[in-house]
Amino acid sequence: MKCPQGMKYSQGMRRLLACLMLLSAASASPLLPAKEATPMAADPVLEKRVMALAYELRCLVCQNQSLGDSHSDFAIDLRSEMREQMKQGKDDDQVVDFMVQRYGDFIRFRPPVKSTTFLLWFGPLILLLIGAAALFINLKLRKRTVKTMPLSDEERKRAESLLGDK
Amino acid sequence: MTRHLKYLVPLVVFGVMVWFLGRGLYLNPREVPSPLVDKPAPVFSVADLHRPELQFASEQMKGKVWVLNVWASWCRACRDEHPLFVELGRKNIVPIVGLNYKDQRGDALAWLNKLGDPYVASAYDVDGRVGMDYGVYGVPETYVIDKQGIIRYKHIGPVTAESLQTKVVALVKELQG
Repeated sequence: MKCPQGMKYSQGMRRLLACLMLLSAASASPLLPAKEATPMAADPVLEKRVMALAYELRCLVCQNQSLGDSHSDFAIDLRSEMREQMKQGKDDDQVVDFMVQRYGDFIRFRPPVKSTTFLLWFGPLILLLIGAAALFINLKLRKRTVKTMPLSDEERKRAESLLGDK
Repeated sequence: MTRHLKYLVPLVVFGVMVWFLGRGLYLNPREVPSPLVDKPAPVFSVADLHRPELQFASEQMKGKVWVLNVWASWCRACRDEHPLFVELGRKNIVPIVGLNYKDQRGDALAWLNKLGDPYVASAYDVDGRVGMDYGVYGVPETYVIDKQGIIRYKHIGPVTAESLQTKVVALVKELQG
């Protein structure tokens, strides 16, 4: 592929960008090992279902990615397992149960509410309530300690002169 | 009193935060609690690594306390822990079964020839199906399974001499009674 050279800016930059994108796409695809080519289901509806669910599940190997994002062998294996199970007519809950039985609640990005996950779900809310209560009490106490002090005549005069109110 | 509180409360809050964050530094995020501990070990039957015409069935181990070590020749950390299993195998304390996970048979056999084969049997899990049932997500992993076929312990990642002794061997001896 050939990139045009000596372009003027605005248009040139755009062309350059497009050129770079094409280049990277062109050079990347043949270099990818065959392993990375995710086996896709022939059925696009099924594939959509698989991916939708895969984004709900954590890739345990690369923990900050979902099974949908990850290219690890682990994610590829589990996605094809999900695909197989869905083809057999299992619903989403059954597929998630299969995963949870093996990998635990940790595989779900939205774990069920239980005694062990209570803090995870409600911790932020509890902290917020504590903060709100602290603020409320603080404001109440302040009201009690702050006294209104009437201005003396001298102070009033000075204030008026400063404000230019004659 | 309230004046002291003004300094005390932030200090306590700060202390709690430091404790939480500090503790986080010493937790290993890879050590995900396995839901399979204290559950029946998944039953499997796959080809034997050494003799492809034979099957290894986990049922064969019924009535014994045994250790299942998941490994692969492509796994660097397996190489690190392997001498410890070779040593454990020599001591004849507990039968160790190797589960060769998503590997090439030739590579795996060469690996065992070179580094030693501590396994009473080697199961060949070529497509990782057995691994999936055991919730394997990173090799090596090591399981202790009791006489009733219940998983009593799971170790994720390479064992160390210490963890092998204090966790695995100690538990095996306790289970053997």
